Amino acid sequence: MLIFLASIGAVFLGFLAATGRLAVFACRALATACSPPFYLHATLRQMLDIGYFSLPVVGLTAIFTGMVLALQSYTGFSRFAAEGAVATVVVLSVTRELGPVIAGLMVAGRVGAAMAAEIGTMRVTDQIDALTTLSADPLRYLVLPRLVAGLVTLPILVLVADIIGVFGGYLIGVYKLGFNPEAYLVRTHQYLETTDVVSGLVKAAVFGFIVALMGCYHGYHSRGGAEGVGQATTYAVVSASILILVFNYVITAAFFGR
Amino acid sequence: MTDALLTNFEAPAKISVRGLKKSFGRNRVLDGIDIDCASGESLVIIGGSGTGKSVLVKCILGLLQPDAGTIRIDGAETVGLRRAARERLLQKVGMLFQGGALFDSLRVWENVAFGLIQGRGMERRAAKEIALAKLAAVGLGPEVGELRPAELSGGMQKRVALARAIAAEPDVIFFDEPTTGLDPIMADVINDLIAKCVRELGATAVSITHDMVSARKIADRIAMLHKGRIVWQGPVVEIDRSGNPFVDQFINGRAEGPIQMEVRAA
Repeated sequence: MLIFLASIGAVFLGFLAATGRLAVFACRALATACSPPFYLHATLRQMLDIGYFSLPVVGLTAIFTGMVLALQSYTGFSRFAAEGAVATVVVLSVTRELGPVIAGLMVAGRVGAAMAAEIGTMRVTDQIDALTTLSADPLRYLVLPRLVAGLVTLPILVLVADIIGVFGGYLIGVYKLGFNPEAYLVRTHQYLETTDVVSGLVKAAVFGFIVALMGCYHGYHSRGGAEGVGQATTYAVVSASILILVFNYVITAAFFGR
Repeated sequence: MTDALLTNFEAPAKISVRGLKKSFGRNRVLDGIDIDCASGESLVIIGGSGTGKSVLVKCILGLLQPDAGTIRIDGAETVGLRRAARERLLQKVGMLFQGGALFDSLRVWENVAFGLIQGRGMERRAAKEIALAKLAAVGLGPEVGELRPAELSGGMQKRVALARAIAAEPDVIFFDEPTTGLDPIMADVINDLIAKCVRELGATAVSITHDMVSARKIADRIAMLHKGRIVWQGPVVEIDRSGNPFVDQFINGRAEGPIQMEVRAA
């Protein structure tokens, strides 16, 4: 029994230690923003990678999500003659939940993995040590631009994904389910509030930060050659995905919880 | 014992290490290192794989935090330096990593100029001129400067890494296994380049290697590391008559002797 309790305690202490290490890593990286030099070019390049180059995959996911949502809502709501709520359900679901969560998960898979692999490879090939010997702080040069890019770019990406997702719902609503186009658009706009969009964008900023942080953290601490880099990539995607879902609940509760 | 091993170089010690210890878990890698390197001297540290050579250099550079001991460069303690002071110190230092450690995402000239642009805030055009001059110094033309590191052979990558290490004309240069993975001819080219660059810069050089040809060519003085301790050090000309069984076994490449190779994990 004691052994069992000790093992639970050890797991809990390990979790606390890992959380502490992650928090220290994030604080140290963010603290580098307080003084020059600032790597603006590196930040813009990361923003391009996270935003522009993720647009096809996020856009495709968003449009099909909107289409499926419209179809499912219609078939479900028709059981109690509430088909008219389809447009409202689509726009609220996409802006509040599906847009940021799906974009976050897609970016975690595409960008978070790439960050972990790139920084992990730099770690195991001594490139991060080389940065230090060349008087360039690796946290400032590698991590901060990614954190800033994740924080700033994902809301923009989610805004675009929201529009594409709602458009997907519109396509199905109008061309497959036979809704009047004007009525669909009116219903889409009628019950949409600023808070719905803002909450989604806040989620996006947090998710972007989480994806970048987990990619950088696991890459930065990877060990043991190719196997270590592979593990770092897996950890980055899995931990970012789990944290996205956890923080999705936390932010939803903060905005809409009673 | 270690005090007796210290050399009597007249020049003041550029680098002075005393009682340096470093462990990873239960594995004690450095177990009380005492060594000096005089200003302008080329010190080569030899020893088998896993004896702690790279850990020693990483401790001196501040890439690893030692468990105990002192490291002085130009008489100033470097253990526990804060980040800004460490960055200032590292501006006096160049490092050639074993695998080159060139940045894949940058062109060759940007790799060479990296420390000048990012570390010293030099303007890109001026830094590029210096980078191309350093590439020429290691026998590489300006066209190589526009390539990516992945497009270069192993020998060319080592030369680029050497150009990067000397680009800022440092006071101290560290070489980590500079000839590992190269054919004997290219290894000799690299050795010649190292000797030439160090001589022209008047820099202090600390190299770690298990390549005795390389060690004999670039060293003024050799120290041997075994099981985390310096077991012998002296001028390069004395290494063949050191009378030290560890050194004799190592330089003659014999399987029999006091150094027992671990053929399986403990």
